[in-house]
This record gives sequence, structure tokens and C-alpha cells, in this order.
Amino acid sequence: MGVSISVEHLNAWYGTTHTLQDINVELPANHATALIGPSGCGKSTFVRCLNRMHETNPIARATGVVKMGDIDIYKDAQPVQIRRRVGMVFQRPNPFPTMSIYDNVASGLKLNGFRNRAVLDDTVERSLKSAALWEEVKDDLKKKSGASLSGGQQQRMCIARALAVDPEVLLMDEPASALDPVSTSKIEDLIFQLKSQYTIVIVTHNMQQAARVAENTGFFLNGKMVEFDSTHKIFTNPKDKRTEDYITGRFG
Amino acid sequence: MSTNPFHTPLSPRDEAPPVNQKSTWMRVNTARRFAVNHLVSGLAVLSTVLVIVPLLAILGYLLYMGASSLNLAFFTHIPAPVGEPGGGMANAMLGSGMILAVASVIGVPVGISAGVYLAEFGRGKFLAAAIRFTADVLNGVPSIVMGIAAWVVLVKGRGFSAIAGGVALAIMMVPTITRTTEEMLATVPHAIREAALGLGVPKWRTVLSVSLKTASPGIITGCMLAFARVAGETAPLLFTAFGNQFWSFKLTEPIAALPLQIYVYAISPYDEWHRLAWAGALVLIVMIMVAVTLVRIYASRGVLKGAS
Repeated sequence: MGVSISVEHLNAWYGTTHTLQDINVELPANHATALIGPSGCGKSTFVRCLNRMHETNPIARATGVVKMGDIDIYKDAQPVQIRRRVGMVFQRPNPFPTMSIYDNVASGLKLNGFRNRAVLDDTVERSLKSAALWEEVKDDLKKKSGASLSGGQQQRMCIARALAVDPEVLLMDEPASALDPVSTSKIEDLIFQLKSQYTIVIVTHNMQQAARVAENTGFFLNGKMVEFDSTHKIFTNPKDKRTEDYITGRFG
Repeated sequence: MSTNPFHTPLSPRDEAPPVNQKSTWMRVNTARRFAVNHLVSGLAVLSTVLVIVPLLAILGYLLYMGASSLNLAFFTHIPAPVGEPGGGMANAMLGSGMILAVASVIGVPVGISAGVYLAEFGRGKFLAAAIRFTADVLNGVPSIVMGIAAWVVLVKGRGFSAIAGGVALAIMMVPTITRTTEEMLATVPHAIREAALGLGVPKWRTVLSVSLKTASPGIITGCMLAFARVAGETAPLLFTAFGNQFWSFKLTEPIAALPLQIYVYAISPYDEWHRLAWAGALVLIVMIMVAVTLVRIYASRGVLKGAS
């Protein structure tokens, strides 16, 4: 099941650049939240702070409180523990090139030392079914490299890989921006189904996409969260002038 | 002009030539590009030939000079005393195998570990810069100096030994392996590392199972290059393994090695020994080729279709 995320006074830096400035927001459990805003506004950094990937960059640092359920992820846990509970899907599909489809999906479990064959088989099948890829790859799970699939299939495999570790939160950083419209709509259908079981945060440049998949939407600009509200309200009746300008394309 | 609002006016140089000149304009450019393309491709082929011809020439000459002296005795007998015909280099082949095994067992893990440190943990650190510099300098140290260094540390007061020879060669392997490992790890896309870290895989595990595995074809090539390079080294062995006209199975005693045996036979005044030296050189090259090929075949097993 998903878990709610509460963010208080989150600040993040890359070197001396203050990328995120005092973000405060509540993301409800089992809902999809879309993050929109122009490039470089801090959406990706925000998402990367939610699973402590931000700090893998040596010059990056973050302060503030991020709570998943009752756990303060910056105080009560190691990054590795948090990342096992928070799945992440990246902008470009990033399959492990040396691994088969099966091993790609099972990698989260296998690389963490999990070896039970029957459970692995079951998890791989279930995850690929959740990611709507099972039918297309079930015959060459172990024969084909994950990198031999098409871009859209690779991205769904990466989603299956994230689901296989049974996370509570799914972070998606522009998951469909490198894909064609058919693959994109498959991914959107998927997000729609998955949000009953996971808390989903999705960064997108596509406003129709935000409107289609997310109950709530946050608008970022220059490292600040300008507005956060229900998607319907953001798109029909935004409170902030800047949000309205961005949504109607009159920006800048 | 069109009324298209997105129309951007072209600068004069972008302007297409008048219609009646278009065909000439096209032809001139294509002809030139065609010529340049063929010139450059031709140069590339020529360079390849220039590289391969000496290699084939050496191999052919070795076959010509050495093959006639190869017989069963060459592979099963130890060198015959001066004046007696026959004899072989069986002890030298075994000795080379033992010395190279020692060198690889020490040099490969140390070299790869150092490369992993440089690429994955030492970015921007002073220690890493120091190691990188040392490796590059070490790569340029003459092999005879390596031999003398190994003699001072391992041989002086203890006596010549196969281990000393192996260590001298291992030290020569390390810089090549370290730098190739570092460079191959640098080619592994960052996105793949992030994928593993994002799954909650600890960094050490990510390095072992993802970064190293993805870079393994290049790293194996680097190890093979280092191996092939030291397999023919003579100078470092002069002061360490020393050579031996008889069988030796102990790592702690002086041992024969093919390059040493070739060297001794080649500078001798006897025709019979010259022929054996040619045969030894041929065997040495074939042994290196076989070893490299076997590792390549072994390493390419289990690679999946479509893997890049």
C-alpha cells in the first residue's frame, strides 16, 4: 500500500546553486501527484530528494524534513533502506545492458541478496503483468537482453523493475518524455491503475498528461513551489498569476 | 513571402541557389565530397594494412625459421647439454606458465581494484590523482629497472625464485590494468548506476554487479593486453627467475622461462641453439595467442542477444 509523504522546509543545493527553496507540501497516500514547471525549476531535484538520490552527487546537499508515514527519511533511515521503499523510474529507460529481461526485473531483489527461485519467478511475472509487458516478453524472458527491447518496452520493463521490490512510493521523472504517443498512452494507463496501490509522484512537461493521470498538481518555478492544489483547480482556476501564465502558454 | 507566423527569414548564405544553377551547384559539391570521402577511407585502409603487414611478416618468418625445429622432443625434453643434438624447452614452457600464473594472480586483482577506486570512489581526491600519476609513470619505467627493483626487494639475500619473477611481471601488469579498468568504468552510463542505486542496492554491490559487469569486456581486453605484454618480457626475469637448464616445480627456486631461454640460445654461438631459439619464439607467440583467444571465448559466453 502507498504511504503519504509530508515535506517541510525542504531546501536543496547543487554546489552554490540553491535549487529548491523552502518546499512545504503534503502528498496524500495512494494518489498520483503531478509536478509541472519549466526546465530547471527544481522538479527533478524535488523528486530526487524524496528517495535521497539527490545526495549521490558529491556536490549536492539538502536540508529539511521529509516524512514517509511516520519515518523521517533524512533522520531515521539509511539512504539504501529508503530507496528500497521508494521506486524510481527515470526519464530515459535505463535497463542493465548485461542482464536478461528476467534479471533486469529481478535485479532489485537479486542485487539485495534475495535468492529464492520460486518467489523470484512469481515476482517477475507479477511485476511484468502490472507493467503491462508480460504478454509481449513472456517467451524470451531469459533469452533476450533487456536492452534489446524497444524504447517503450524498456521503459515498462524499468517500471516492472521498480515494482518488483514492492515499494510504497513510485517516483517518475518524465517517464514518457522519450517515448512515442502509443507507448506514452500505455504508460499513462499504467499510472492510472498503479495509483490504487502506490503513492505516485510524476514529473511531466506534458500538461495533458498531468491532467489525465494526477489528482493533485504542483507548479514549480525557479526552485519554489508556486502552487499546489487539485489538478482540476490548477488547470481551471489557478490562484497564482504565474501558474495561469504557464498553463496557458503565455510564459516568459 | 508567406504569411506563416513561424517563418524565420533566411540569411543570404542560407538562400538556395537559383533554380537554373541548382544542378551545377549540386554536382560540384557531391564530386568534392565523394573524392574526400574516398581519400580518407583509403588512408584508413592503408594504415590498417601498414599495421597488419609487419605482424603477419613476423609470424610468417617465425613459422619459416622455427616450425622445422618443432618436434615432440621440443615439448617434452629439457635442454640438451652443449654439443649434444636435440633437447627441448619443456621446462621453460612450464616455468613461463608458472611465472605468468603468479603474475596474473597478483596483478589482475590489484590492477582492477585500483581502477575501481580511481573510477568509482576517488573522483576529485588527491590520493586518486597521485595513484593515476604513479600508474602512468610506472607504465613508462623500463622493464630492466623493474627487474632490478624486484631483485633488491625479493631476491637479494633470498636467492632467485619463480615468485620473484612473477611479482616483477605483476608490477608491470598493474598500471595497464588499472588505467584500462578506470577508463572502461568511465564509459558505463551514469543512468545505469542510478538505476541500481534507486533500487536500494548498496554502492559496493552496484560497483561489483552493475558497473564492473557492464565494463567487463573492456576490462578483460585490458588484462589480456597486460598479460600478452609481460609474457614476452625477458629483462625483469634476468634478475629474478634467473633461468634454469633443468626441471623446477618449486616457486621458491630459480626457474626457466621461454623468453630467457630464447635470449640465452639466441646469443649463443651454436646453430642448433639458434634454431631452437626460433622455435621457442614461435611457441611463445602461439601460447600467447591461444591464452588470449581462450579468455575471449570464455568471456563472451553467456552474453545475451542484443546486449550492447
